[in-house]
This record gives sequence, C-alpha cells and structure tokens, in this order.
Amino acid sequence: MTTPGTTPAAGLINIAPPQVEWPQGDFPTAAHQLLKDSQLRKNVRHATNVINAKRAIVVGEMPDWEHLRDAGSAIKQHTLDHLDQYLLEFEAACTAAGGHVHWAVDAAEANRIAVEIVRRHQVSEVIKIKSMTTEEIELNHALEAAGVHPTETDLAELIIQMGHDKPSHIIVPALHKNRGQVREMFRREMNLPDLGDTPEDLADAARRYLREKFLSVKVAISGANFLIAETGGVCILESEGNGRMCLTLPDVLISVVGLEKVIPRFRDLEVFLQTLPRSSTGERMNPYNSIWTGVRPGDGPQEFHVILLDNGRSAILHDAEAKQTLKCIRCAACQNACPVYRQTGGHAYASVYAGPIGAILTPQLHQTADGRLGDGDSLPYASSLCGACYEVCPVKINIPEVLIHLRRKVVERDQGTISGLFGLWNIGMQTAAAVFESGDRLRLAQRLGRIGQIPFVSKNDFIEHLPLMLSGWTQTRDLAPLPEQSFREWWSERSDRTSHE
Amino acid sequence: MRVSLFITCYNDTLFPETGKAVVHLLERLGHTIDFPPDQTCCGQMHWNTGYHREAIPIIRHFVEVFRDAEAICIPSSSCVAMIREHYHKAAVASGDHAFVAEVEALLPRVYEFSEFLVNKLGVLDVGATYPHRVTYHASCHSLRSLHLGDIPIRLLRKVRGIQLVDLPEIDQCCGFGGTFAIKNADVSSAMLADKARHVLNTGAEVCTAVDNSCLMHVYGSLHRQRTYVRTAHLAEILASQGEPAAAL
Repeated sequence: MTTPGTTPAAGLINIAPPQVEWPQGDFPTAAHQLLKDSQLRKNVRHATNVINAKRAIVVGEMPDWEHLRDAGSAIKQHTLDHLDQYLLEFEAACTAAGGHVHWAVDAAEANRIAVEIVRRHQVSEVIKIKSMTTEEIELNHALEAAGVHPTETDLAELIIQMGHDKPSHIIVPALHKNRGQVREMFRREMNLPDLGDTPEDLADAARRYLREKFLSVKVAISGANFLIAETGGVCILESEGNGRMCLTLPDVLISVVGLEKVIPRFRDLEVFLQTLPRSSTGERMNPYNSIWTGVRPGDGPQEFHVILLDNGRSAILHDAEAKQTLKCIRCAACQNACPVYRQTGGHAYASVYAGPIGAILTPQLHQTADGRLGDGDSLPYASSLCGACYEVCPVKINIPEVLIHLRRKVVERDQGTISGLFGLWNIGMQTAAAVFESGDRLRLAQRLGRIGQIPFVSKNDFIEHLPLMLSGWTQTRDLAPLPEQSFREWWSERSDRTSHE
Repeated sequence: MRVSLFITCYNDTLFPETGKAVVHLLERLGHTIDFPPDQTCCGQMHWNTGYHREAIPIIRHFVEVFRDAEAICIPSSSCVAMIREHYHKAAVASGDHAFVAEVEALLPRVYEFSEFLVNKLGVLDVGATYPHRVTYHASCHSLRSLHLGDIPIRLLRKVRGIQLVDLPEIDQCCGFGGTFAIKNADVSSAMLADKARHVLNTGAEVCTAVDNSCLMHVYGSLHRQRTYVRTAHLAEILASQGEPAAAL
C-alpha cells in the first residue's frame, strides 16, 4: 500500500483517525455512499469469495449435511419453545458450579452490571474475547466512560478497535479491510516503524502486543457461542487461541450472553460443533473449542459471571412468525452468500449484525414494547428475496419469510399514519390491488397504460426516463414500452376468429 | 389434456409473446388450451412488499378463477413460488377454512412451464429449432424455491441448432427482486452490472430464463449499454421452428 518515502512524519504517527460512525440515513442512502468505495467492495468480494469456496468444500464432504441442518433447527426450535425452563436450568447449574448469573433486561443494565463487577476489582484495564453481543450493547464505551480501558484480543476485533471502526461482518468484523490497510493501522497504533505486510508479520505484531496484556490484565470479558443448560457450562469456538488465554489467565471472567444462546444438553453440541465452523469459516472444526463450567480453586478464573441479556429478544420470542430469528448461531454464512451484502459490505446496515440476519434481527431488537419496528425499518427491504441466505443457513432460518413478515409490519404501521396512507407507495399498491380484482379492470388498465406511457417513450421506441418513485429503474436500465396488444387481447381476438371460422 | 394457462399479469401486459409461445407449443404437442379471461395476478408484488391485506383478495381471485382447472401451467417460476410458498399461509391468515381447503386442493395442480413439460407431460424434445448461441440464466425462484435444477437446460439441449453456453456465477441473483429494483435501485443496479457483464462475456446472442421479470431486468441493462444481445423466455425458444434471426 505504502511506497518508500511516503511514511508519515514521526510526529503524526500517533494521531488517531476520527471514530467511524454508522452511516446516517436509511439503507438505500447508506448503500449509495458505500457503493462508491471500490476498495471496500473489492475487499468484501474477495473475502466472501474465499470463505464461500472453503465452505462449499467442507459442506460438500458431509453426506448428512441436510440432516445436520434439520437437527440444529429442531434443537433450537425446541429450546425457544421452552426457553424459560432452559434458562432457569442453566442458572441453577451454573450457580451450583460456583458461577454468578445476572439477568439484564437491556443494554444499559448489562453494561451497568459488567462495569460494577470490574470496578469492584479496582482495575483500569480488561481484556476481551471477540463478542458481537458486547458490540451490540456497546460495552467498550461503557467501560471507557468508567475509566476502564478494554483491549480486544481477537485479531479482527483489534483491527476494528485500533481503526476506531465499526464491525462489518459477524465472524470477520474487519473483512472490509485488506492487509495493506491493516498494516498501516498497526504501524500507527502500535508505533512500529518497520512492519511487513505478510499475514505472519501482522499476526506477529498483534501477538507481541497482546501477550503483555494476557499476562498482566486481571479481568476478562467474553460472549459465548452456547450456554449448556444441563451442566451450566459456557462454550466458545475460536480460531486464534486468544480467547483461551483470556479464559484461563485472568482472575475474573465475565460472559455477556444473549438469552437465545442456551441449548438443553451437552450432547446437543455434537450438531453445532459440526455445522458452525463449516458454515462460518469453512473449517471442519475450530482450532480452539473451549467449555468452562463454574470455578475451581487454583485453576483458571476464581470468579465467574454470566450476564444473560434480553435487550429485545423476548419481544421476538412472542412473535410467532419472527421467532425463528432467535435460532441464529451467528455463523454469518448468510452474509457471505447474500448478493446485497457482497455489494455494500456491512456498514450500510448501520448495525453490528449486518447482512440478511442483520436485516431481520436489528429492526426487531430495536422494536418498541407494542411490537412496532424501531429504527432501521428500511432493512427488511434490503433484500431481493433471492433465498441464498435460507439455503446456506445451518439452522434453517427462513430469512426471506421473516423479511416479508417484517415488511408487513412496516406497511401496516405506515398505513396508520396520514403521510403513509397518502404516500405514493400506498396509493400505487391500492390502485394495483383494485386493478387485479377482475380481468376486465386489468384489460382497461393495460389500455390506459399504453396511452399514459406516450410521454416517456423516447425516439428509439424505448423508455429511458421514468418519473417519481419509478425513476430509480431508469438510472441504469431501459424499459421496453407496453406492446400494442396484450396477451389477453390477442387471445380474445384469436377466439373470435376461431369461432367465426 | 386440457391445460389451463395462467399467463401472469406481467407476461400478459409486457411480454405477450411468451404467452403466445406457450399456446403454440402446447397446441403443437396436442393439448387443448383454456385461458380463463378473468385471471389477473398471483398477488406476489403485494405480498412480498408487505401489503398482505391487499394481497389476500388477489389470491382469492386466483383460486376462484382456477378452481376447476385440471392442470395450471404458468410461464414464471416466481409466480409459482408465490403460490406454493405463500398461498396456504395467506389463506390461514384470512381465517376462512373453506378458502384454506380450496388452496390445498389447488396446489398439486399448479406447474411451472418447464416442469409441466418434463414432469407432467414427460417430454424433453418438443421439436424446436433455434440456431443461435444461447446462455441460460437460472432465476432465484427456479433454483431455490422450485428446485427446477437442470430441467430447463435439459429441454434446451434437445433444441436443434442451438449452441448453449454456460453463464458464469449462474446462482447469483440478477438484482431484480420486484420492488427491490426501485426501493434499492443502487444496489440492484450493482448486482445487475455483474449479471450483464457475465452475459456479455459468454458471447451469447440470446439470454434465456423461465422468468421474464429477470429477463426484463437484464435486458434493461443490455439495451442501455447498446449491446445486441437479446433476451427470450424459454417458451419462445421451445416454440421456435427456426424462424430467421430477424424475427428474434
């Protein structure tokens, strides 16, 4: 990326770039901006191509893959149907093993609990294992506000933290950055005048930087992939081993976990330890699979907390059609498969959960108490409903079905307002619905359309500019005008002719 | 067999040639055609955009129009997907048990055009001649909802004179997605740019599919780029008897 002679002056090295904020505006507006970033699009395309190719190989070698998907889906569905029971079972087992379970209704409460635990130990630093849940509640901000510096130990999360950036992918949060960009960031933030740009060079720099933290910081914070109700165990799958350092070296461990992460039995892991790594990173197995249960004197952390986070999840649980959203095991296969995500990257979704799962999860996490979708209601429309997300989902979440369900909620909410009721979309859809009430009406509409289109048909007999909300079509696409005769007109003319013969 | 045609609002209004091709082909194969004139739309646009209250009467209308049909042949995989995936749910949501029963009785008689030829009529060689270089775009609904697999390709292979070329990244969406193309015009255009580039790279004269919606989208870009590549629904190729290229 950088040629010799363009190294920034030494005095400038430590000037941090401004904090990256989520893009303002709805998904189409954010996407419009991000589509201009050709480097980002190239990075996202390259990374998803690599992951998809690896995934296809390791999924292809599993003759029982569809059965595993069915099994994973069934376990998750069963758990969600009895979630209260399994959470209580988890709490009892975890407590019996010496852990402390806290229940947090929202992000603020979860942050408050975590900060209180950290404060009690009078530390100024914590180390963190990659966790989308702590990103969701913006725990790092809460810690910093309390004077505690968090250090991300996952390489991708470290890149996000050092770049003052936002995650753009669930598994590979820094997937939108390439190696050259990461090298520049490390040089700047770690104050390294010489740094190569091979993956080994970058990993080595991060390792040296982090090793010191592992050995000195006394409090670690994690998320979890699974909570096991039967044993009270917490499970994490990771690739780098940094998580395991955080799980074993510090004195205190705090795990912030969404309610939906619980599974009933230890043996249920058998299914997910096969499907999750294959779906997420294209590996047959994660290099590090850790399960820890409570505390044991002289071995590992001596104080262990689980913060069970609701933050909008129980509202999803009560919506029968959207409930399947909570089956998600955060593998991100849907992101990698999604043609929309692959064009824009994750930031356009303005959420830690991007891609198809983000498009259904984010608006629901933000919904109000009466079930109305909150900010981000353009997200259910950020999909062509191509179905690639559903096809790859290892727990068979029918994401297109949930997208359509959420679109219905958006429409019904809008129809309850004056501006929505008299909006162009509503009027257009009502008119079309009236047209489709009978064949005669459709025939009449076709005739009127042929007259109405006349001002828009260009000299070369094509439509190159359309008005109002239809103008988006003609940005990049022409449209053939309506033909002189519809099929139904041809058919009735033909029938008349035949009957007269 | 007496075949009832649902030509779809889209084909009826914008692509009548597709409907005519279906008629000519099925008549050539010896079947009687029934086109119920009161038919309109499957309700997909309303349903997928979230206008469910408005979609239910459209769905009910479809079910009433085709209630007595022996077999319903539809030259659009996305409309068939709408019927198969959502009609039952819509009927249940309406709370009308008789409506639910009617939908259940109707579903086994609904066929997408290419699957009707192969799975119902048992023909692969329909006696077509089409001496052109053709690439086949697999629409998302044909792939992931109807699981048509290579049915359209197998039909195309039997066409005399045809030169079939594979479309790269065949499983990627063209970016149409109904109202998505308008609501998210920029992303849709970016997806389309990839698809159009792949079509051009094949060197094909014609891009075909079982959905005119995708083809309208792809052709929209090909025409804007002033290319000479044309699009044609699979039915038009299968109905063809080797007309001169000018008739394309």
